[in-house]
Amino acid sequence: MSILTYREALGRAMSEEMTRDPKVFLMGEEVAQYNGAYKVSKGMLDKFGPSRVIDSPISEGGFAGLGVGAAMAGLRPIIEMMTWNFGIQAFDQIINHAAKMLYMSAGQFPIPMVFRGPNGAAHMLSAQHSQTVEGMLTQVPGLKVVTSANPSDGYGLLKTSIRDNNPVIFLESEMMYAMKGEVDDAEFLIPLGQGRLMREGQHVTLIAWAKMVQRAMDVAAVFAEQGIECEVIDPRSLRPLDEEMIFNSIRKTHRCVIIEEAYQAASVGSWIVELVQRVCFDELDAPVMRVSNEFVPMPYAENLEHRVLPEVERIIPVVKQVLYMD
Amino acid sequence: MAAKAKTYDLEFLKKLYFELCYYRRFEERVLQAYTAQKFAGFCHVHIGQEALCVGVQRALKDTDYMISAYRSHTQAIAKGIPGNEVFAELFGRYTGCAKGNGGSMHMFSKDRRFLGGHGIVGGQVPLAAGVGFAINYEKKDEIIVCYMGDAATNQGQFHEALNMAATWSLPCLFIVENNRYGMGTDIKRTTSVDHLWKRALAYDMDHGEVDGMNVLTTMETVTEIVAKIRKTKRPYFLDAICYRYKGHSVSDPGLYRTKEEMAEWLGRDPILQLGEYIKKQKLMNDAELKAVDTEAKAKARADEEWADEQPIPPEDAVWRYVYAD
Repeated sequence: MSILTYREALGRAMSEEMTRDPKVFLMGEEVAQYNGAYKVSKGMLDKFGPSRVIDSPISEGGFAGLGVGAAMAGLRPIIEMMTWNFGIQAFDQIINHAAKMLYMSAGQFPIPMVFRGPNGAAHMLSAQHSQTVEGMLTQVPGLKVVTSANPSDGYGLLKTSIRDNNPVIFLESEMMYAMKGEVDDAEFLIPLGQGRLMREGQHVTLIAWAKMVQRAMDVAAVFAEQGIECEVIDPRSLRPLDEEMIFNSIRKTHRCVIIEEAYQAASVGSWIVELVQRVCFDELDAPVMRVSNEFVPMPYAENLEHRVLPEVERIIPVVKQVLYMD
Repeated sequence: MAAKAKTYDLEFLKKLYFELCYYRRFEERVLQAYTAQKFAGFCHVHIGQEALCVGVQRALKDTDYMISAYRSHTQAIAKGIPGNEVFAELFGRYTGCAKGNGGSMHMFSKDRRFLGGHGIVGGQVPLAAGVGFAINYEKKDEIIVCYMGDAATNQGQFHEALNMAATWSLPCLFIVENNRYGMGTDIKRTTSVDHLWKRALAYDMDHGEVDGMNVLTTMETVTEIVAKIRKTKRPYFLDAICYRYKGHSVSDPGLYRTKEEMAEWLGRDPILQLGEYIKKQKLMNDAELKAVDTEAKAKARADEEWADEQPIPPEDAVWRYVYAD
């Protein structure tokens, strides 16, 4: 067991997979000579050389499409987006090309590739650098969408994503790159579609992924002081989604709050609510509630940004409401 | 380049003539079938642009790749997908080359290295750069031909892809099928350059123009270009001048063009040009040429008749190929 940062864990995953399979390569802005805008690919140019770790021009649509074409010809690209906000430039390639190719060609052209990069708000980056894309991309058949909330999960899930024969959207966070955690020294994989029980509890289920997992854990700690045990579930991959883990938890707690860094309408959280009310209708003792971003573009000022994001002080009253504590 | 500089034997010319006629007759049957409501969706035919398709294919090896836009029925056939499977795909049948998942705009064959059939203008151009990247990565001697329409040269992704192809020396032959209209809009009204090959200047990319209405000229020019790409590993941008006789799609009557313009281009018709050349060489007469055309018509008819008999996809096929195992 070693203590790694999240960025080191992701870098280790990529390096191991590139060592294992010569068809895997990494391309993106600043990934090679600069060692990565957020240093995730640190040392990889030295290790694998410029034919496999490639600095791209600032052309997100172009190099995302290049990755799709390379995948059609049999390679397994990892395409790094410096942030998913820039990745929006590549949505045509991701949605119209990568996601559709296998289906349009009736199975002839699988697209085994990973699009990865930081997603969501960091700290005071304002409107054009703070968006989350999982809601938009989980809508698209053909894509898998993966998040992680700690170094160990990031490592195991990224390795699985690279080995997956489909286009995988792998969502990271600037705020997590320096996060430290234990990662097993022995190689391991984590299957997509398998959630992680972060904390057991019997009074209410909190569902959160990516950065919001820590918020949920913080909230759970507050309630634990009052003798209320929150069960915290991190689905990790959103497509495929570990529906059974969610349903089983709600069958136990009968109450649920979803915490997501996204807007309320047409989000992953709204989809989970739909699933829960359909499958667990008779199990529920309270309406399923959500804590989401406020429906405004992200402001710059620190206090306003804090106000928009689902922070602990906005989550606690919602959990109380679901517990009928007020 | 002068097509007359080389001589070709009768068998070869007859084959070319047959292919031109076959693609013309195939697309005419496609139009008829569409008009008769035998299938639906969007349908873009290649009538008038056959010479490019035939000439380019003659310059390629089977191991070379090809990718195109949504006007690509006959390019798919030229690359080796049987015409009956293309017709079946148009009819949404399970034995079509994409099992009824693709339709007119999305013909595919992994075996024949025909990488689609793409419906977003310019979207296939970065894909071609990616195939070129993979060819270099695997140290292969192949190339990829990337067809696009003239209007694709105004898409951002086109420019991004050309920049990467030139910067990284990717073995891509970008061919603009320059029929001068992006749907109904004359490119002069939307494009800053008078010749599209000038787009390559911005990327320091080898480039040229070819008379895409003349199959021999096209074949000879593209053969030289392909040899150059294999040797230098540098990409090439070819502005191929051609004309589509029909509208952009079957729903377009083409009212934005004059009768005089159409008449001028009909005078340069690829089938007419090659026929005149063959007659001038005294290799075949009108009756013999007509016999070839009759054979082409029969093949196109057989393609459609085969497609008529094919099964529609089973309902559970809707769930297949969303995700790979």
